Amino acid sequence: MDGYFGSYLVVALLAGLGVAVVGGAFTAGRLLRAQRPTPEKLITYECGVDPVGEGWAQSYVRYYVFAYLYVVFAVDAVFLFPWATVFAAPGYGAVTLVEMFVFLGIIAVGLLYAWKKGVLTWV
Amino acid sequence: MTTSLLAAPPATPLAAGEAPTLEAFGLDPWWLILAKAVLIFVFLMLMVLFEIWFERRFMARMQNRLGPNRVGPLGLLQPIADGLKLPLKEDLVPRGVDRPVFILAPALATMPAFLAFAIIPFGPTVSVFGHQTPLQLADLPVAVLFVLAMSSLGVYGIVLGGWASASPYSLLGGLRSSAQVISYEIGMGLSFVAVFLFAGSLSTSEIVASQERIWYAVVLFPSFVIYAITMVGEVNRIPFDLPEGEGELVGGFHTEYSSLKFGMFMLAEYVNMTTVSALAVTLFLGGWRAPWPISLVDGANAGWWPVLWFMIKLLLTISFFIWLRATLPRVRYDQLMKLGWKVLIPGALAWIMVVATIRVLRNEGISTQQVFFAVAIVLGIYIVASYLWDAVRGNRRDAEEQEATAAERAGAGDSTGGDPMAGGYPVPPLDAPHYHGRNSTSKEVNRA
Repeated sequence: MDGYFGSYLVVALLAGLGVAVVGGAFTAGRLLRAQRPTPEKLITYECGVDPVGEGWAQSYVRYYVFAYLYVVFAVDAVFLFPWATVFAAPGYGAVTLVEMFVFLGIIAVGLLYAWKKGVLTWV
Repeated sequence: MTTSLLAAPPATPLAAGEAPTLEAFGLDPWWLILAKAVLIFVFLMLMVLFEIWFERRFMARMQNRLGPNRVGPLGLLQPIADGLKLPLKEDLVPRGVDRPVFILAPALATMPAFLAFAIIPFGPTVSVFGHQTPLQLADLPVAVLFVLAMSSLGVYGIVLGGWASASPYSLLGGLRSSAQVISYEIGMGLSFVAVFLFAGSLSTSEIVASQERIWYAVVLFPSFVIYAITMVGEVNRIPFDLPEGEGELVGGFHTEYSSLKFGMFMLAEYVNMTTVSALAVTLFLGGWRAPWPISLVDGANAGWWPVLWFMIKLLLTISFFIWLRATLPRVRYDQLMKLGWKVLIPGALAWIMVVATIRVLRNEGISTQQVFFAVAIVLGIYIVASYLWDAVRGNRRDAEEQEATAAERAGAGDSTGGDPMAGGYPVPPLDAPHYHGRNSTSKEVNRA
């Protein structure tokens, strides 16, 4: 359990344990609980009114724009984290700082563009 | 000096009471690893039970009620009774659902919540049956990134659960929730960067070790504030609990869930709350280190004592969540997104730049006082500029609003002007006109 991937192996063990716990809970629940479905019980819940048509309603497209913006900033963070760890080390100095400022500037322009476009404004 | 450091024989990585570093991990025997993994599960389950009881009692006290007090002393056994009752209820799976995804979603929400706890340090190196081991299951060179990854995975559980339910309430709740969580996760990730700048590492044990002198909540106070706000948004708690806003969306993404599957979502929510609280303690509040006056006592940071400090800090952070819930109303969704994208993210980016610049200047040999002086000047300029900007813009906006109301009054006689919905309030216009490059002021809608 040593070496670089040793710790990941431990995390995988925890994941396995989690699968076992969740799976065990599902199995125990299936064995223990009551099961008497009637047609009325299986209707989609709509506050007492019978549902009309399909449950998959149309939805706003704007969530999709936020997903795009998220990807941009997640990539941003992935570059920022390693930079932040080596930043104070000797040999990196003002140049590293300026480089990151340029990068953050580009990202900020993207955010400003979205802002100006009105994507960030919820109507 | 560097040569002498390099020449020194590497000290044994594990000595009792010492702050562990990354090298101290991966040396445990298998039974110890297994015991730690099981203990994390047990700890989190007990914490969830305790939190449910604590939340109800604490909130009841704040609202001048008693709270649960029938089952067991002080109602302590109430969460156990509830926890037993819930899986024994009938599990309804509505007809229209996408069955495999519907069943998978609660598991997908719960599992990552548990996994994230693997990298939380509970204490320094201790002796367990003669083995020196750090009180932490695993530490990765990218430990904090791992937490972010796990919370991203948890979003899948929410959005898939909402989608698979084939119910409009669930779908909307799931979409809302995922948009909220990913928005606040960016702010959260950015608030960490300043901590990494100071600690020089992403590993949680080393971040705790680097807080020996002073907590990052003090040094990096703006980062801490941003984290404290985003962590509440991240786990969908009041005042950011819009995904399950009862008045709007019934139960949100878990409207159609019942019995154990519903319980799994609730479990995930409370485990997530514990995880972000533990992360706040680890990154900003000194981790398992004793608070200041106690830390002067010899041996306060050694052996098993740190577990006590960690638990006290954790409970205080959880109390903060409950305090918020008892105090604040729910925010509107547009306010939520505005806060996330227009305040927290730009603010966090600006703060990172400030911190990085200060560090470089200090490394270049410029004294702290000079740096503070320069920062004060820059801040002063910024405040004055933003004040002027607001004054100018506020005037313009006031003028526009007056014009708009005047136009509205003038147009009240014609066919569309009398429609109370025309201005987009209280019902939003469905075609979202600003997507076509137009402004959606009431003036234009009235004219159209």
